[in-house]
Amino acid sequence: MAFTAFSAAEQKVDESARKRSPIALFLLLPGVLFLVLFFVTPLISLVLTSLQEPVPGGFFGEYRQALNWQNYVFVLETYGVQAARAFGYAALASLFALLIGFPLAYFIGITLRRFPLLQALALVLVIAPFFISFLLRTLAWKQIFAIEGPVAGLANAIGLLGPGESITGTAFSVVFGLTYNFIPFMTLPIYATLERLDLRLVEAGGDLYANPATVFRTVTLPLAAPGVISGTLLTFIPASGDYINASRDFLGSTETAMIGTVIEANFLVLQNYPAAAALSIVLMAVILVLVAIYVKRSGTEDLL
Amino acid sequence: MSNSAVSPREFAEAGADLELVGITKRFPGFTAIDDLDLTIPAGSFFALLGPSGCGKTTTLRLIAGLEEPTDGRILIGGKDVTDTKAYQRPVNTVFQSYALFPHMTIIENVAFGLKRRGVKDAQKLAHAALQLVELDHVSSRRPSQLSGGQQQRVALARAVVNRPALLLLDEPLGALDLKLRRQMQVELKDIQSEVGLTFLHVTHDQEEAMTMADTVAVMNKGKIEQMGAPQELYELPRTAFVATFLGQSNLFTGEVVSSNAESVTVDSQGAPIVVPKDRAARHSGTITVGVRPEKVTLSTGAVAESAGTNILGPGRITDVSFSGVSTQYEIALPGHSTITVFEQNTSISRMHRDGDEVWLSWSAEHTFGLADEGDVEHDAPRFVDDTPTTSIATRRRAQLKAELEEG
Repeated sequence: MAFTAFSAAEQKVDESARKRSPIALFLLLPGVLFLVLFFVTPLISLVLTSLQEPVPGGFFGEYRQALNWQNYVFVLETYGVQAARAFGYAALASLFALLIGFPLAYFIGITLRRFPLLQALALVLVIAPFFISFLLRTLAWKQIFAIEGPVAGLANAIGLLGPGESITGTAFSVVFGLTYNFIPFMTLPIYATLERLDLRLVEAGGDLYANPATVFRTVTLPLAAPGVISGTLLTFIPASGDYINASRDFLGSTETAMIGTVIEANFLVLQNYPAAAALSIVLMAVILVLVAIYVKRSGTEDLL
Repeated sequence: MSNSAVSPREFAEAGADLELVGITKRFPGFTAIDDLDLTIPAGSFFALLGPSGCGKTTTLRLIAGLEEPTDGRILIGGKDVTDTKAYQRPVNTVFQSYALFPHMTIIENVAFGLKRRGVKDAQKLAHAALQLVELDHVSSRRPSQLSGGQQQRVALARAVVNRPALLLLDEPLGALDLKLRRQMQVELKDIQSEVGLTFLHVTHDQEEAMTMADTVAVMNKGKIEQMGAPQELYELPRTAFVATFLGQSNLFTGEVVSSNAESVTVDSQGAPIVVPKDRAARHSGTITVGVRPEKVTLSTGAVAESAGTNILGPGRITDVSFSGVSTQYEIALPGHSTITVFEQNTSISRMHRDGDEVWLSWSAEHTFGLADEGDVEHDAPRFVDDTPTTSIATRRRAQLKAELEEG
């Protein structure tokens, strides 16, 4: 009793110290500097670039600072389809990654709980793809889906794919690639919540007349919600901006171009820096709004 | 098989009988329960008492349907529920860890079982159950905002509200401090008499079992050693385990040297100890007899021998511990293990001191004879920790206390 009283008192001292001490601010300094240097500065630079206008009579790719907000109108008119496609693909990929990642995380975090060695091994297998470059893995899928490849051959044979049609360059292959690449990002946060899920709560659900499906819906899933939310955010945000999977060099085609692909093209090929910057800002703003709505709607602020 | 189970949609009008027939539970490497037969009549408050690893929690989990027996049948209200799942059984458990759903409010927790069974006015019944445990005012809070004692009462309300035929209590008071524990014991008894359910209470706390239950079964190594009313178990233990686990006992082993119609006399290192025949399980050969520490009287002078009195001594007091109401003496007696004596502090002048020479005497009718050999180490089993259960409880308690003091 005395011991717990002591530890609680100690905690209180810690808290008040945290509030008063200037050391805390001092320790924050490196982090703040980092953010100012590598986040705030590029952001301001990006906003400024997005408002630039071409130098009249200047070289190709030469711009000067202005307040040319028409850049935004231009990119929305020109690339609205690609932007919408990006969020659609990212949403689909997040959904599929969730459908695959959740059972996987459940298996590793709960079913394998009694076998720590197998659990560690399974986790390594989830992380293992990271040891190979993301580009190489995506290229490998391009090979697998290629016209003479095994998958296309099988699809042809069972009539899923007409002669001369290819799998790569379709919405399917791009969403597939996105899903594949982001499964670990979905699985790991969900695993982290399921791994410390108190199974006695699941037993209590069963004791209170809930069948296994109801226990899953009313107990397991809500308790795994923080992991599901982090997982979907970790998948959706980078997937919306992804420009590798949808690129013609990988699994996509011009018909599957996403916002990331057009940003890349504007920056590197067309050298239309203001348009690329404006697109980046639009991407950022839309993600911010979507994520805010998502977190708000899932109503788990107190769990996050 | 499921249609033979009691439908969980029906409210139990009253408690139901519980019958365990030849229950055996083997885990890889060991047998937790060995051929257990047990009948608990409807409406009773039954305590299963035993040390760590004796199989009591496993028994509870088998009844709740959280484990499957290797062998044997479980019957509730005369219906075989062995092959039904936990959610199909008319049984609710108050878990040792409470297992309140952290993502639900208190009222949602309490209404959970009712909603699963499709009860219409679940909210109203849940509020009534919370009123029963005097916690209706916190119904919209989360479990983490409640103290340990409050959580315990919510767990109780969450189980009781379903009016189960059988209510299982898994060391539900383990995490509470003494005062709350007393309050809850009274509350549990009240609820039991109010709603008339059958209670099965699993505990390693002998005092808790004795104060609350009508019938106590002492369990050891997967078997029930002795079963009966608390007083009966205490006054007339049948095995050395019961004699030392349920309270303390002074045990003496010796040959039966003489016997008559009413009693047998045992020779314990030269001292004759008389035990009434109806209080002795065996009447010949080497038997173990015992006496409770508070039945023994200490005297500073030799006690005159008289019929019906057992006398030992002289011995020397090796330890005196004063506890207010009574004083506990440890007495070293040549040829015997240390003997414990409790003396009521009715008079200051009668206090003995460390090193005093004393004689011990007690009425022969307080002696009991055991059915087994008294080779159980004197008071070793009494304080054996219930590691998996108590350590959780202690940790939980420390955590809750810390939370309380913060809030």
